[in-house]
Amino acid sequence: MALPKYTEPHYRVWHYIYLFICGCVFFFLIAPLFVIFPLSFNAEEFLVITDGMKRLDPDAFSLRWYKDMVYGTKNPWGLAAKNSFFIAIFATIGAVILGTVAALGLSSRYMPYKGIIMATLISPMIVPLIISGVAIFFFMAKAGLAATHTGIVLAHIILGTPFVVITVTATLSGFDHSVTRAAASLGSNPVNTFMKITLPLILPGVISGALFAFVTSFDEVVIVLFLAGLDNTTIPIQMWTGLREQLSPTILSVATCLILLSTLVLVAAELLRRRSERIRGINR
Amino acid sequence: MSSETQKILTTDGIPLEVSLKKVEKRNKLKAFLLVAPLLFFLLIVYISPIVGMLFNSVDDRMVTNALPKTFKAMEDWDGKELPSEKVFEAFYFDFRKLTEEEREGKLSTQLNFEKNGFKSIIKKLRRKSKSFEEGNYKEQIMAVHERWGNVEYWRAIQRRAPAYSYSKYLKGVDMYQNEDGKIVQVEEDRRIYKKLWVRTLKIAFYVTLFCFLMAYPIAHLLATLPMKYSNLLMICVLLPFWTSLLVRTASWMILLQQQGVVNDFLVWIGLVADDKRLVMMYNETGTYIAMTQILLPFMVLPLYSVMKTISPSLVRAGKSLGGTPFITFWKVYFPLTIPGIGAGSLLVFILAIGYYITPELVGGASGTLISNQIAYHMKYTLDWSFASAMGLMLLTGVLAVYWIYNKLVGIDNIKLG
Repeated sequence: MALPKYTEPHYRVWHYIYLFICGCVFFFLIAPLFVIFPLSFNAEEFLVITDGMKRLDPDAFSLRWYKDMVYGTKNPWGLAAKNSFFIAIFATIGAVILGTVAALGLSSRYMPYKGIIMATLISPMIVPLIISGVAIFFFMAKAGLAATHTGIVLAHIILGTPFVVITVTATLSGFDHSVTRAAASLGSNPVNTFMKITLPLILPGVISGALFAFVTSFDEVVIVLFLAGLDNTTIPIQMWTGLREQLSPTILSVATCLILLSTLVLVAAELLRRRSERIRGINR
Repeated sequence: MSSETQKILTTDGIPLEVSLKKVEKRNKLKAFLLVAPLLFFLLIVYISPIVGMLFNSVDDRMVTNALPKTFKAMEDWDGKELPSEKVFEAFYFDFRKLTEEEREGKLSTQLNFEKNGFKSIIKKLRRKSKSFEEGNYKEQIMAVHERWGNVEYWRAIQRRAPAYSYSKYLKGVDMYQNEDGKIVQVEEDRRIYKKLWVRTLKIAFYVTLFCFLMAYPIAHLLATLPMKYSNLLMICVLLPFWTSLLVRTASWMILLQQQGVVNDFLVWIGLVADDKRLVMMYNETGTYIAMTQILLPFMVLPLYSVMKTISPSLVRAGKSLGGTPFITFWKVYFPLTIPGIGAGSLLVFILAIGYYITPELVGGASGTLISNQIAYHMKYTLDWSFASAMGLMLLTGVLAVYWIYNKLVGIDNIKLG
């Protein structure tokens, strides 16, 4: 952002101060993530940057914590990863189906009591997780679903649906309903119209909602803390236990993997957002 | 008008008005049927248990049902002196039934919430009561432990007689109903919950403020920079947003610990002596720093989406009319960003007030919030009705803010990513 030549000096100074402040804030946002990378390659057992690392001594770096993550004795990460993916995938499928169908209804201009119903559907996102956790725990305990994968999947469907509802209704807001009418007038039944016409058009919104639902489930710890038994441990639960008891560098290796995963998700989400904006732009 | 003109009929002879109404009704039903699966799923699995918490928080039937004879016998006891033999006898029979069904453990937990010291004397009573002789139960029970002869303990039992009570809500604000039935504050040194509420509000408020102060300049920069630069900088906001909460908390734990990177740096530039490293974790400071960074994207994104819609020509117009950059900013630009400020602040405040994970990990004793207390009672003291009461008090506050948010911003305007 270049300043015009005629800018007075004190505004010029102020402008550079402003840029400096912005730089500091960006640094504050992103730098903490990068602390994890070097420390996860630490050869020592401590979570501090050793003198060797400062000198860039190759012996100070190693892959031992990554090996420990994969092959370590009585290693909990394998089971945790399996559970996390299992739960997140099924929760995402459930949330996407329920959320997309509900969003279709909500976007109809005939929908009665839209405001209150929307508020109810979004509420799991707003209610503090600890309260959701307590409530869902009471329900699952009564239903005999505590400490089962089913219980956790159901809980995560609850948390995931608001994101799907929001992203899909946003995509539908630019949706031209005459295309579905055209399909109907050409003799297509509603299900066929949805699969062949509506779904491909709203797909970016659906997938970005799915990403949110997946990440929410994959990262969720509060409710799982209430619901999980020993067999239902997930990656966040293992990290939680690790962070509370003792910070071992293995956690940082896992964290590095998670940051890489979130980078992938971010790229996917950005691409989808642009595509969805393009599609909506064309429809307008 | 319509009564004067002839009614328009559809081809099958039904008035158009009726026919249209029918179609509209069908469309309404269709729309509702699409929403119904999710709505009923949420109502059953989510909303009804939350309402159930309301019941849990006032439900005190456990004790009422455990000691039916005792409470009946207590009806004409004035509570001033030790109850009569009749009450002791009733209590003995109630208690014997409980021990036969092995339910006295739950009773002892509940009574212990009411008054400390019940646990041990109930355990003792259980052991001794097996060899009780018939008659004169008052003496025999009092012989088990001196506290059974203390009128305070009997009053504590009597206080648990009603099947429903709001005592848990009183406890949540450091109050209780004393022996005369008056609602009073607990002793000065035992007031913990009020302090906790104040601290939760304070931390949520300051975190929101810090987030606002930091988010405003960068949202402005992102909105005014050319696309190709702003997209790159946007990653700095979105990557933390998508990264696991635990990963971000872990990185703060590494940064803030006494041998951590921040302290190392401060020692290196000579701002802090090596033996006087700052304690930035396991206290309030840690909670502030970590929560601000974690919630910052939730402030940046709504601000950015509002600032993006403000046409730069407005600012130019302000300047061309003789406004200095500061005045133009304050009179033209800032008022236009208020919707974004409102949306971001309310969102961050709502999220901050119910935060659990980060305060639990970096907050120590002085940096924990009301959520941590709820979890503590759920997991360790097992006082679930108290946890429910506190949860509902917190929920009421959050819903109030949510309501304001809905009025001001509209929930369908929540922006994600």
